[in-house]
Amino acid sequence: MDAPFLIAAALTLLSAIAAISLRNLVHCALCLSLTFLGLAALYLQLGAQFVGLTQIVVNVGAVAIVIVFAILLTRSADQPDASRFNKGAIWVGLICAAVFATLVVSINTSYVSMKSGAPAPPLTVEKIGHELMGRYVLPLEAVALLLTAALIGAVIIAMKEPNGKGGAQ
Amino acid sequence: MQQLDQIFVTLKAWVLGQVPEPLQVPASIVLSIVPITLVFPAMFALTTVAERKLLGRIQNRLGPNRVGPFGFLQWAADGLKTITKEDIVPRNADKVVHFLAPVVLLVSALLAYSVIPFGRNMSAIEIDAGILFFFAVGAGTELAVFMAGWSSRNKYALLGAMRAIAQMISYELPLLLAALTVVMATGSLNPNDMVAAQEGGRGWGAIVPNWFVFTPWGFVGCVLFLIAAAAESNRSPFDLPEAESEIIAGYFVEYSGMKFATFFLAEYLGLFVISSMCVVLFLGGWHAPFPFFWCDWIPSWAWFISKLACIVLLYIWMRGTLPRLRIDQLMNFAWKFMLPMALINLVVVAVWKYTRPWDYFGAELVRWLLCVGLLALPYLLLGRNLLRNRKWGPRTYRYAS
Repeated sequence: MDAPFLIAAALTLLSAIAAISLRNLVHCALCLSLTFLGLAALYLQLGAQFVGLTQIVVNVGAVAIVIVFAILLTRSADQPDASRFNKGAIWVGLICAAVFATLVVSINTSYVSMKSGAPAPPLTVEKIGHELMGRYVLPLEAVALLLTAALIGAVIIAMKEPNGKGGAQ
Repeated sequence: MQQLDQIFVTLKAWVLGQVPEPLQVPASIVLSIVPITLVFPAMFALTTVAERKLLGRIQNRLGPNRVGPFGFLQWAADGLKTITKEDIVPRNADKVVHFLAPVVLLVSALLAYSVIPFGRNMSAIEIDAGILFFFAVGAGTELAVFMAGWSSRNKYALLGAMRAIAQMISYELPLLLAALTVVMATGSLNPNDMVAAQEGGRGWGAIVPNWFVFTPWGFVGCVLFLIAAAAESNRSPFDLPEAESEIIAGYFVEYSGMKFATFFLAEYLGLFVISSMCVVLFLGGWHAPFPFFWCDWIPSWAWFISKLACIVLLYIWMRGTLPRLRIDQLMNFAWKFMLPMALINLVVVAVWKYTRPWDYFGAELVRWLLCVGLLALPYLLLGRNLLRNRKWGPRTYRYAS
């Protein structure tokens, strides 16, 4: 337990709590991006530079912005709703606790936790490329296909133009 | 000349020698941070004056000429003015976010400096994924712009933020893809390796430096990078987010005094750092351009700063020359020209890299012709496509009619 880890962990936890408990949705989204940053700091601490920095590029640079825009374009940011909890809160809490417990048990008994302390290998683009294009090529292509389909779908939904009107470009 | 080249490195080592053992790590961190936070804001101050003088020259007027010799102390007057101005926060503004936005913007601009090698052995931190770090830190900029625009509770501010974010996201793709060409060519994400790969020269007497800008893909990559960098840092002709004549000043319309100055500073720091990245990626970093003996007398950091100054001058020139784009032109240009060109450029890098082992007579010429052709043909087709099919009908509004 060193100081950087404690800071990153506290940042992640506190901002996550803030993200689910604040009233203003935009504040929640901003806190969520802070959570992403904390997670990235934790990854960096473990020596996973590529994952940590990609986490920032993707989640803070793109996902947080998309969330914020979705909030802005769909509804007003102020939520005057009375209760922060809905009726299923207890059940959701129980399920979350169960998932968390399962994760803790399975990680603690897995072989990854046995061989801790190994130094992180140096980051080479070549190695990442070989892994992505060799061993993990099928998942990569599946994800790419899914993303392309989602992209085209989004464009088709957004492109619904009223017929017979020629607009400027 | 070795001493002059390494003067800052030896200075830091000497100061660290004077510091007691347990304080060495924090002292080293401070000694790496302080020069960055001194040199580049100073460069910002000088650039504002130079920019106003140059723009004045381009527009056939004098520019600032009252404070100091030829008006070159104008930055001091401007700085004092902004510090003493009242800080006004709108009553309905979201106070916390309104305060944090300029801070986040400045911090993300400053953080990006930490991976740039400013000279031989002169980068603040050395991590393997330096390029990735650079772009990851840049992600904070978009969020800060949104925070500023949203928290001001002003429709112009929100419009400006929307424009800024749409523009930044659109131009981030060609920016990243242009940088990716160098990653492909060097096989490394470390800026120091990229600079090292551009050492030396070729041709008779090694007169042409080995900079990536002097290869077909490097030239195209450099131009794409410079255009996208101008858009990322909201420079003219891509200054729609803060178009004074349309939406007053965009996302920082509700900022005054020191906070406004912070935005201004952060914007220029962002411009400098992205230009520094261009120098590192394509213009040989801190390497001297020629193999002549006098080039070694000039220290590496001086070469870096002069290359950086040239790019900043280019941006000022562009600002004085080009009119502002319309938002549809901006988006068309990003998605229909920049992105395809960047993708084709990636293919050309691969071709360039895998034709290197060719060694029959005239192989170099064939290689050049192949790569230039692969780039010139799409350039012509895309450019023609972008200029054709312009039907100027009456404008229809989808949401505001």
